[in-house]
Amino acid sequence: MNFTHLFTQIEQTDPEIYDRLDTRRKAMRQFANIGKKLAATAVPVALGAMFKRAYGQTSADLLGVLNFALTLEYLEAEFYATALAKTGLIPAGAALTAIQTISQHEAQHVKFIQTAISGAGGTPVAKPKFDFSGGSGSGTGPFAEVFNNYELFLAVAQTLEDTGVRAYKGQAPNLLRTGDVLTAALRIHSVEARHAAHIRQMRRTNNFSATIKPWITLNDTNINPDNAVIRSVYEGENNPVQAGIDLRAYRALDNAAITFVTATEAFDEPLTRAQVLAIASPFIAR
Amino acid sequence: MKSMMNTRPGGTLENGLSRPMPRRNFLRYAGVSVVGTGLLAVACTKDDPNPLTFGQTVNLGSGDIGILNYAYALEQLEAAFYIQVIQTPFSGITDNEKALLTDIRDHEVAHREFFKAALGDNAITGLTPNFTAINFADRASVLGTAKTFEDLGVSAYNGAGRYITSPEYLTIAGKIVSVEARHAAYIRNLISNGSFANSEVVDANGLDVVRTPTQVIQLAQPFVRNTLDATNLPIS
Repeated sequence: MNFTHLFTQIEQTDPEIYDRLDTRRKAMRQFANIGKKLAATAVPVALGAMFKRAYGQTSADLLGVLNFALTLEYLEAEFYATALAKTGLIPAGAALTAIQTISQHEAQHVKFIQTAISGAGGTPVAKPKFDFSGGSGSGTGPFAEVFNNYELFLAVAQTLEDTGVRAYKGQAPNLLRTGDVLTAALRIHSVEARHAAHIRQMRRTNNFSATIKPWITLNDTNINPDNAVIRSVYEGENNPVQAGIDLRAYRALDNAAITFVTATEAFDEPLTRAQVLAIASPFIAR
Repeated sequence: MKSMMNTRPGGTLENGLSRPMPRRNFLRYAGVSVVGTGLLAVACTKDDPNPLTFGQTVNLGSGDIGILNYAYALEQLEAAFYIQVIQTPFSGITDNEKALLTDIRDHEVAHREFFKAALGDNAITGLTPNFTAINFADRASVLGTAKTFEDLGVSAYNGAGRYITSPEYLTIAGKIVSVEARHAAYIRNLISNGSFANSEVVDANGLDVVRTPTQVIQLAQPFVRNTLDATNLPIS
């Protein structure tokens, strides 16, 4: 991290920063001292504290993004923790180990984001009451057997992971030029993608889907039967145009055009916060 | 520049990545303001009858263009690698593996073509790969290199996002990095099932690997004959 550059940027944005923060030198020294005492991963927290002192508050929008991410991580973390507590749901061996790995990451994400929010002077949102049946609290939604049926469990896991990937992606522009906060979000985002790929492979290995691949093809759910919630997770994934460039117009290998399928698989698409909340809504008790 | 004319003995790798570069394309490339014009002036004196002897060093440029060229360079490398993997499949490859590695090849080619089109006249030249350290007949060599490339790609996009100033290009980088992470997970599982997100790449906070452009280029450079010059990237 280049603190000098960071300070220069702040200076450009807010010429009076040093009136707020005593002097640049003192602020730098304070920050350097903090940095020595903290692990690198805790630096966003220190940054948050510094911004809070300078401005009285951190951007409400930034905190909004972080609390939105926290809600999704709560959802994923509790989903896997509940599944792991259910004896006999997940076969011992590779499957159990993989779900334990994923579960651990989601719990780490919860803790990391909570710490970042607190450090930035915000208050982490409370964990909602979840209903993994997808029944908004009734317990009788379409996934009521999710912790009794391994195939259904992996299907819901796939939709949650792919949603997580799309949700973080959708928030990236809101974190533009936030430095460490954006980097942390991107680093969580790609872990969710690794999870999604593995869950998809687990479904293929178990023959729960004969055609599923680690990546998303078109807007296929590869879940049968699917429903409106599952379909909405993949809505808009069948997009072959990036930054105005229709990939199908390009000839590359042996002069063959890039196919629609390849164009959609090569780029994962974002979801807006509203789209994600609509997907998550049935899993949250009202 | 001879290497770009596909004349290297046994140079099928070059066929995949670099087509012969017509002089007018070279001149257009050379005229782009982001290349090292000082070096160019030295290279293209009247005493040098062949301007195509210039071009060993590739300056990625500055600003968002520089970051996009940085990504374009990595995607060129990945695409060339998988093109060769599919042209000369390793011993013992299964049908399923070949199908999914072909998918990955096609994704990387799509990424490469995207950046080339998006950058237009600002795009760096086609790079010449150096895959001499890879034994394409050997499963462990190919998958080990694939793992290196995919994890490197993930770490590169994760590290570069903060330097992008355009929300649109930040989103595009996000759209690509998650696909690279899916590739990484798949390749890692081929090598050792369950290693899709192990502690080699995910830390105790559940955060994926991240590298600065300087670190990434250092690791990528052995696979490229051109010298990648990142000195103008907006990373300080």
